[in-house]
Amino acid sequence: MSRYAVNKFLYQVDGDPSLLAEYKADPAALVARWETEIGPWLGTGARTVERTSWISLTEEERRALVEHDYVALFEMGAHFFLTLTIFIALYDEEYAARSGPLSFQREYATKLALWNGKTYPSVAL
Amino acid sequence: MARMSAVLATTHHPFFHKITELTPPEEQPTFAAEWKSKVLAYRETLTAAKPDVLVMVGSDHFHQFFADNYPTFLIGKQARYDATFYNEVREFSMPTYELEGHEDFSGFMFQGLLDRGFDFSISHELKIDHSIICPIITTRPQADLPVVPIFTNIFAPPLPSAKRFYDLGRAIASIIEEWPADVNVAAVGSGHLSLELGGPRMFGEHGPDPAWDLQAIEWLAKGNIEAILRDVTWDSMVAAGNATPGFLDLVLMLGIAGPIEADYVDDLDLFHTREMFMTWYPEGDPRSGAIGEAR
Repeated sequence: MSRYAVNKFLYQVDGDPSLLAEYKADPAALVARWETEIGPWLGTGARTVERTSWISLTEEERRALVEHDYVALFEMGAHFFLTLTIFIALYDEEYAARSGPLSFQREYATKLALWNGKTYPSVAL
Repeated sequence: MARMSAVLATTHHPFFHKITELTPPEEQPTFAAEWKSKVLAYRETLTAAKPDVLVMVGSDHFHQFFADNYPTFLIGKQARYDATFYNEVREFSMPTYELEGHEDFSGFMFQGLLDRGFDFSISHELKIDHSIICPIITTRPQADLPVVPIFTNIFAPPLPSAKRFYDLGRAIASIIEEWPADVNVAAVGSGHLSLELGGPRMFGEHGPDPAWDLQAIEWLAKGNIEAILRDVTWDSMVAAGNATPGFLDLVLMLGIAGPIEADYVDDLDLFHTREMFMTWYPEGDPRSGAIGEAR
C-alpha cells in the first residue's frame, strides 16, 4: 500500500485548478499523467530536477482514484480532509443544483454509514 | 515587560463569513442572526483588552504543508503574511488577507521556545490558512495588528499529547511575559470541539458528539487541566469525531491562560458542529475597569 502517494495525488490535484479540471473531465488520463509526470518529482512544489524514484500507486489505489471511489479511499486510510475537500470540489455544485445544499456531503456520509460505531482505518503514515 | 491582556480560544467555522456576510439577509439561514450576534459580543472581549500584538495559534490544513514535511510545531518569522489559499476561497468563499508580522517578537518567541525545550520549526515563507483567518474575521476583522503565527499539528497523526500542548501554552505565556516591550499582547487560537470530516458522522443536525462538546467546554471554562490530562487522548478524541483532535489547540490556549476559570464563555450549537467562544484575562478583566488607568 502506498497511502503516501494517494495523499500526494489528492493534495496536488486539489491545490491546482487545472489539474482539478482534468481530474473531473478524464480521471483515468489525469491519474496516468500524475503517475508519470507529476507525482515522481521530490516534494509537492515546482521542482523539475530532483526525483523520488519509488512513488507509485497500487492497482486498487489507481482504481479508487480513477473511479472517484471515496469509500475505498476512506477504507484504505487516505486522509479524510484531503478526500472530502477534493470530492466536494468535484461534485458539490452539481448535487446542490439538482438536490439542494449539502446533498453531496450527506450522500458521502451515508455511503460510509457502515463505519458508524467502528474504529476507522488509520490515516497515520 | 509585555502584558498578557487576553487569551481567546475559539472554534473556527470557515462558513461564518459566507453565511453572515456574503449571503443576502433574506436568504440567510435562521441561525445566522444569533450566530453573528454572538460573534460580535465575543469580538468585544478582544477589543476591550486593547491589544497591540496578536500571538495566533492555528493549524495548517494541508494547504502549505504536506506529509513530505509536516511540522509538529512551527512559528512564522516574517514582516508580512499572505493568507488563505485557492482551495479555501473555492470551498468556503474565504476572503484573502495580508497580515502584518512582527519579526522581532517572532524571533524572541522562537528563541524562548528553544530555550524551554520546544524544538520548533521556523518558516520565513509561511502563508496563513483559515485556522487563523477565521478568528481574524470573528475577533479582529480590520486585521490591523501585527501577528506572530504559531502552527501545530492536530491533523497528521501521530500527534503530541494533550500535556505537550498544554505545556507549550505555558511556555508561550512565560515568553510573552518576558518580552521586554511596553505592549499589550493578546493570544488568539482556534481549534475544534467534536468534529467529523469525510466520515459517516459529518454534516448532521449537530456535531458528532454534543455531550463531549459540553464536557470539553466545562473543562476549559473551569481551567480543569487535570480532567483534560486524564481524559483527553487520541482514542477518546477520535471516538468523538475523526477531526476532534483540533481540540488540542484549545488545550494549548488554556495553557497560555493557565489553570484558571475563563472570564467569558459562550457557545452555539450549529448543524455539523458547535461553536465555542472563550476568553481569559490572566492579568485582570479590562471590562471591570481594574486595568488600564494605572498602567
